[in-house]
Amino acid sequence: MPLFFIVAALISILTTLGIVTTLVVDASKFFAVVPLGEIFSTNLAPLRAENPTFGFLPLLTGTLITSMIAMVVAVPIGLTAAIYLSEYASAKKKKWLKPIMELLAGVPTIVYGFFAYSFVTPLLMNLIPSLNAKNALSPGIVMGIMIIPMVSSLSEDAMESVPHVMREGSLALGTTRLETTLFVVIPSAISGIVASFILAISRAIGETMIVVIASGSSKNLTFDVTQSMQTMTAYIVEFTSGDAGSGTVGYYSLYAVGLLLFLFTLAMNLFAQYIARKYREEY
Amino acid sequence: MLNQEKRKQPQGENSIYKVSHLNLWYGDFLALNDLTFDIQEKEVTAIIGPSGCGKSTFIKTLNRMVELNTNVRTEGEILYHDENIFGDAIKVETLRTQVGMVFQKPNPFPKSVFENVVYGPRIHGINDKNKLMEIAEISLTNAALWDEVKDRLHKNAYDLSGGQQQRLCIARSLATEPDVLLMDEPTSALDPIATYKIEELIDQIKKDYTIVIVTHSMQQASRISDKTAFFLMGELIEYDKTEKIFSSPADQRTEDYITGRFG
Amino acid sequence: MNVETSMKSFQQQKANHINNTSSAKTKSYFESEQAKDRLARRILLDRVLQKVFFLSTIFALLVLGILLQRIIGNSIGWLNLDFLTGRLSINPDKAGISGAIIGSLWLMSVVIPVTLVLGVSTAIYLEEYAKNPKLKNLINTNISNLAGVPSVIFGLLGLTVFGRLLGLGSSVLAGGLTLSLLGLPIVVVSSQEAIRAVPGFLREASYAMGATKWATIRRVVVPTALPGILTGAILAVSRTIGETAPLVVLGIPTLILKSPQGVMDDFTTLPIQIYYWTLDTVLTREYANLAAATIVVLMVVLLTLNASAIIIRNKFQRRY
Repeated sequence: MPLFFIVAALISILTTLGIVTTLVVDASKFFAVVPLGEIFSTNLAPLRAENPTFGFLPLLTGTLITSMIAMVVAVPIGLTAAIYLSEYASAKKKKWLKPIMELLAGVPTIVYGFFAYSFVTPLLMNLIPSLNAKNALSPGIVMGIMIIPMVSSLSEDAMESVPHVMREGSLALGTTRLETTLFVVIPSAISGIVASFILAISRAIGETMIVVIASGSSKNLTFDVTQSMQTMTAYIVEFTSGDAGSGTVGYYSLYAVGLLLFLFTLAMNLFAQYIARKYREEY
Repeated sequence: MLNQEKRKQPQGENSIYKVSHLNLWYGDFLALNDLTFDIQEKEVTAIIGPSGCGKSTFIKTLNRMVELNTNVRTEGEILYHDENIFGDAIKVETLRTQVGMVFQKPNPFPKSVFENVVYGPRIHGINDKNKLMEIAEISLTNAALWDEVKDRLHKNAYDLSGGQQQRLCIARSLATEPDVLLMDEPTSALDPIATYKIEELIDQIKKDYTIVIVTHSMQQASRISDKTAFFLMGELIEYDKTEKIFSSPADQRTEDYITGRFG
Repeated sequence: MNVETSMKSFQQQKANHINNTSSAKTKSYFESEQAKDRLARRILLDRVLQKVFFLSTIFALLVLGILLQRIIGNSIGWLNLDFLTGRLSINPDKAGISGAIIGSLWLMSVVIPVTLVLGVSTAIYLEEYAKNPKLKNLINTNISNLAGVPSVIFGLLGLTVFGRLLGLGSSVLAGGLTLSLLGLPIVVVSSQEAIRAVPGFLREASYAMGATKWATIRRVVVPTALPGILTGAILAVSRTIGETAPLVVLGIPTLILKSPQGVMDDFTTLPIQIYYWTLDTVLTREYANLAAATIVVLMVVLLTLNASAIIIRNKFQRRY
């Protein structure tokens, strides 16, 4: 019987190996044709019949910009919600606030995509008349909302692991709860809080459906958030659901993008784990 | 008017705390039952009693730290300098600035020795570097720690020994110039030598501060305190001069406790 | 009565007191007017920010409310029995989602057994058998990293390995296996926690009666840990049933005229249906209503799953 269990346990390792192999093998077919320098160019025209070009910079900026918008929404709201839940809320309030957060975390991303496209974008159009129907702003904001529960619950865990006697020591000196939170709790929990931010960025970078639906597929390099931008994830979706036939350079390019995406998110996740472990406070 | 009820002895002119008919519940559990007594200024008052008798709860009520627990409800009043601490006239932050507290286990912040001591003064608005340094030196000297740490003020407080950490916590409390120092079993986590140093320290600072100390050790109470209060199951059984309590207690239960028949 | 006089004497008393203390002690900064003003501001800031922090927390509730109100509002008039039982149609008035419902059920018929068997076995190996701490650590780290891999990457893996290499195409099996790998870390982690929580005395009692290790695991450990395992399995299902990106990458189409009859058939699912209808709202406005109605169905399924997970967790918590 143990043999069966070992095999099962090894499947998870095999999955990782499978992901790495798949991406590396097919990406290398891409890099065999396309010189490395080209992917850092701004010209992305993978479907052009003659001389397709594969500059990934528009995808990188698209990914970065939508993720940054998401962080601008998720970090302040997530962190302050965590402060409220960990430092201010009574047990009673927590009992009904936390399930709501969990509920928000359980909404599928396709639903957020629909919400961004059919509600947030029209809403923003009233404020910004020049807003494109597909733009980076709306999915960025909605991704931020999607990530709030993650930032909030991980930061709250970090703050709650700060021993209670620390708070008592500070409050007994006549400080307010706010001062105790800012000068004792947050500095002590900072590694866990920073780790939660990094995990949130990683989540935003890997998020797919919201940006596919609401940000569109423009391959122009732009920093204008009212315009359509394509992210790395959206590029992968566009290519697999359609036009590029297997075996073409265009087809292999999505593995190259996938490899980049995988390396980015893996690096972030490992970095978050490293920070959380390395700077764990001792009390 | 308020002081006309019969109060447990002894009564003095300079009472800093006047407790009357204090009841405290944790949920449905009555943890303090109708306490009425005064605490004198510039004296050491020891509170003794078996585990669960409410002595810790009581001392945490004096600076309203007890309210950090959920489901706490109080009745009655505690006058501090003739102001009801549960009233609106005195803010809890003001009360805690004037009433410092030292806890069972040393709880320095994960910061440097210096930053620990000036933590309170900084937040209360003192920013001048020289002034802070002066406060740190005075507080650490008063806490009998200056000589041991003056060369490592900027090292992490966690590098100190347990006894040093506890004296650092005392220095941290003294830095905001309180009138009262509450000590909740401050030596229970320390070895005998560290305990001795803390007791010696209490002896040195008691002329300037009102000290209320909860202790498990009757020897400690008899060594360091002027008055002793004996608590049992949330009630104040006896309160008197320490010599009196330990030589000829009025209540049988006090005698049983101090002679080690229970507890 | 003479309230006035008693007030006066009270104030006098207070004034006397202040004089007493200031003469006894050199006037301290902490009792100065400056410090008092500052304290008043500090307390105000604390109270104001407490409100701000609360609003921040409530923001989540607000968004959830708007989202639900918006989606339910859009679905009214469209969500009815005909919609649930009808087949897909280009005409919005006739379109139904029976195909997507059946497709999602078929998909779960692969995901549930595969994640359960693999996930629980992995957890049993890690908690009961693994001796080599390095290997155990490697698998644990690997699983937590796998949980952080974007779902679209799992789609690429599924497309390459299941879809093309094993020739499963865009069948239920290809989709199911892909999503199983995605849900695996959730089941492993929660099963590990559940197994770890089984008290030692239960194991010892079993060994004391001469039971083998395998018998102990099968008859004592797994049954005791079952509620925790089930909770994890339900959470994995609710995560995967709403997944879209890996299936889109696998090339799961929306236009399926025949409902799947087996795991080798092509299929479509609720999230896929939502995706294409949302994309096509540019062409036909009513598709937004169809997407909203489908979202309501999906959300009801998810809420039911999550609620049952919570109920199981609460009902079976620590009975020993």
